[in-house]
Amino acid sequence: MDGVSRRDFLIVGAAAGGGLLLSFHMDAQPAASPVFAPNAFIRIGTDGRVTMIIGQVEMGQGMYTSMPMLIAEELEVGLDQVQVEHAPPDDKLYINPLFGFQATGGSTSVKGLYLPMRRAGATARTMLIAAAAKLWNVDPTSCRAERGAVIHTATRRRIGYGAVAAAAAELPIPENVVLKRPQDFKLVGTPAKRLDTPAKVNGTAQYSIDVRLPGMKIATVAASPVLGGKVAALDDRKAKAITGVRQIVRLDEAVAVVADNMWAAKQGLSALEIRWDDGPNAAVSTSDVVRGLALAAETPGVVARNEGDAAAAIAGAPAKVEAVYEAPFLAHATMEPINCTVHVRPDGCEVWTGSQVLARAQATAAQVTGFPLEKVVVHNFLLGGGFGRRLEFDYVTQAVRIAKQVEGPVKVIWTREEDVQHDVYRPYYYDRIAAGLDARGQPIGWTHRLVGPSILARWAPPAFKDGLDGDALDGATDVLYNIPAIRVEYVRHEEPVLNTGFWRGVGVTHNTFVIESFVDELALAAKADPFEYRRALLDKSPRARAVLELAANKAGWGANLPAGRARGIALMFGGLWGTYVAQVAEVSVSKSGEVRVHRVVCAVDCGTVVNPDTVKAQIEGGVIFGIGGALYGEVTLKNGRVEQSNFHDVRVLRINETPAIEVHLVRSGEAPGGIGEPGTAVTAPALANAVFAATGKRIRKLPLENQLQSA
Amino acid sequence: MLKLTINGKSHTVDAPPDMPVLWVLRDLLGMNGTKFGCGVALCGACTVNLDGIPRRSCVMPVSAAIGHDITTIEGIGATPIGKKVQQAWLDLEVVQCGYCQSGQIMSAAALLAKIPNPTDTDIDEGMSGNICRCGTYVRIREAIKYAARRA
Repeated sequence: MDGVSRRDFLIVGAAAGGGLLLSFHMDAQPAASPVFAPNAFIRIGTDGRVTMIIGQVEMGQGMYTSMPMLIAEELEVGLDQVQVEHAPPDDKLYINPLFGFQATGGSTSVKGLYLPMRRAGATARTMLIAAAAKLWNVDPTSCRAERGAVIHTATRRRIGYGAVAAAAAELPIPENVVLKRPQDFKLVGTPAKRLDTPAKVNGTAQYSIDVRLPGMKIATVAASPVLGGKVAALDDRKAKAITGVRQIVRLDEAVAVVADNMWAAKQGLSALEIRWDDGPNAAVSTSDVVRGLALAAETPGVVARNEGDAAAAIAGAPAKVEAVYEAPFLAHATMEPINCTVHVRPDGCEVWTGSQVLARAQATAAQVTGFPLEKVVVHNFLLGGGFGRRLEFDYVTQAVRIAKQVEGPVKVIWTREEDVQHDVYRPYYYDRIAAGLDARGQPIGWTHRLVGPSILARWAPPAFKDGLDGDALDGATDVLYNIPAIRVEYVRHEEPVLNTGFWRGVGVTHNTFVIESFVDELALAAKADPFEYRRALLDKSPRARAVLELAANKAGWGANLPAGRARGIALMFGGLWGTYVAQVAEVSVSKSGEVRVHRVVCAVDCGTVVNPDTVKAQIEGGVIFGIGGALYGEVTLKNGRVEQSNFHDVRVLRINETPAIEVHLVRSGEAPGGIGEPGTAVTAPALANAVFAATGKRIRKLPLENQLQSA
Repeated sequence: MLKLTINGKSHTVDAPPDMPVLWVLRDLLGMNGTKFGCGVALCGACTVNLDGIPRRSCVMPVSAAIGHDITTIEGIGATPIGKKVQQAWLDLEVVQCGYCQSGQIMSAAALLAKIPNPTDTDIDEGMSGNICRCGTYVRIREAIKYAARRA
């Protein structure tokens, strides 16, 4: 675990217990309901009810099951005995140790919290056992815990957690607790049922868009179609004439229609006549962005990895391969459109939203309203998709600015068009890559110059060190192939014409496309089989080689396929995720350039697995997200405006386009790795390589179909 | 005032006749299980069944629903097929973020009502109007077949 020591954690945990207890006593009946809250994550009532307060948000990736599994494993309760509650914003109590603040993203949750969550459970269990032992006047070591009860083994006396919760709350928090041995796990490693599913199949699950408050108005908004533009003139007479429209709110760069319901608000928005001052980006098109990146790619970058003399090795090599790869802007298009509900009162502010960065949502509301943090209450919800979009809080800032001008609570909902055109997009990346091959075709030198903006410099400035963005470089600096001379450079190049941010695996997703496509190019130059070529270069990376072999084996690599079909292979080594995935994709390509993906086989080594069914689901979903992105995904600019607007031109994968997907897990006792993003990251190159095998066309610029059809 | 039959119950709403059923359900009746996704019938998140036929409620004016039976995710579990679909979704752990699943389940229930043992092609045709960004399609397909087997 990086970033936070065990001791820090326990101190934080102790503070959390006191805080929770205090607030409970203040809000509820003081004497009647004492609770045991040994840390920020667990609350046990005298009725025995176990509530787990989860700081990681649930956006489909299974946090509200994986985190409780880790706590419950050590606390010795069954998942059926647990209730989950959203944590409030608090950067200290609900710190993500891999970020240093409260955030859910980057496939970090299980990796970062595997031990802290277990310690939280073990601490509570230790205290509950101690309380029962004291009551019975026996040695705590003669007691054990099971399904929410303490048992004195010798006398078979048994007492429920609820009955000792109050006494446990009086005990000092132990400094050292013993964690279970993995071979004693009952829950961790089992395909436990998700706790959030039942409410999601009967319509009762609550997303922030479902908030209903007395007197609440509903607003929808149009921000300047060009980033940096402003409202020059507004005629709202027609909008105001629409039944149900109550108010027009004008901001510098946006106009919102506040109404009784969304239908009236939408009609009002369409009826607005807004003249925009487009500002400095008025004439920008995608080609301008690419030109800027290409020019920047001619300049040397900051060196991220340097072994041997790669340039000299390439210059002296009998064969040289070089290429330029490009990856476009991409939209997230989370199923739940962006929304945020805000009530600004004279004495404080309340926010209801789905956010991957809850404390930042609170901070921006405080900043916009001028209230201190403690006067800003933020309620979190289930997220209808995150994928990195809700790691931003632009929509919270905007909603609070609108709400400041509205009496009572207002729910601001973006239309899908607004979402597509005002996203925080995956950046456009431009990569120059080259390798020199010896007489046997083996790579002896490798240079990779990666050009793009730095998300970290904006989002987590301390993480942007020495001119390097570790996230943008993730996957590129950790090339595991056995190449004696490697040089990786990063050219930070900002094109402030669109806001850019994280998009499911951003750095690794882009780098794996570049690297794994290029390795296929090297295999071709070496006249080698793409699988065997990679395998021979992985003698120092047994985990990477094992997943590569497993995927190839399960996919029947080398076996005959029906006419017209071809396979591609790719390997992903996310350095920060600590996860290895190999994929074999099977495709066919029509004469008109349509790609059909028939079958995808993935082999995954993500170390210790908490919930294998969740791991499989994340890989399946990640692959599907990746196929849509690789085949069709592209956001383009013309006259400063995003040209796409809804699902007709933001094409995403549908069920009729979805291949059979197999996921094979490698048994591993290694530290747990991330799993939310790797499935997406490995997919584009596997498809590009399969397309090459099928057509002989090497596509170096995504999306694939666009290139095949314009070629 | 308009009279609507939703999940077997009669409701009276004060809505303009062109207001889509989606917003009548969500904003006037507080039935939030039906979701807004795109507003133009491209994603299927808002699917409700009208006399058993799946319809995109975001583009269906409320006037078109008068005199018909509207079934939503809140009511589909009361039908034998709907219950079976929900159970299949649970047993096969289909759901991730869950936002699209109301619509998926409504489309799946309508498909199974029409075709008790759907082929892959039937599933493609019946379900391709419902987008899932989490990518649960593999399990949706399996769950529909699983529900069909449990007839």
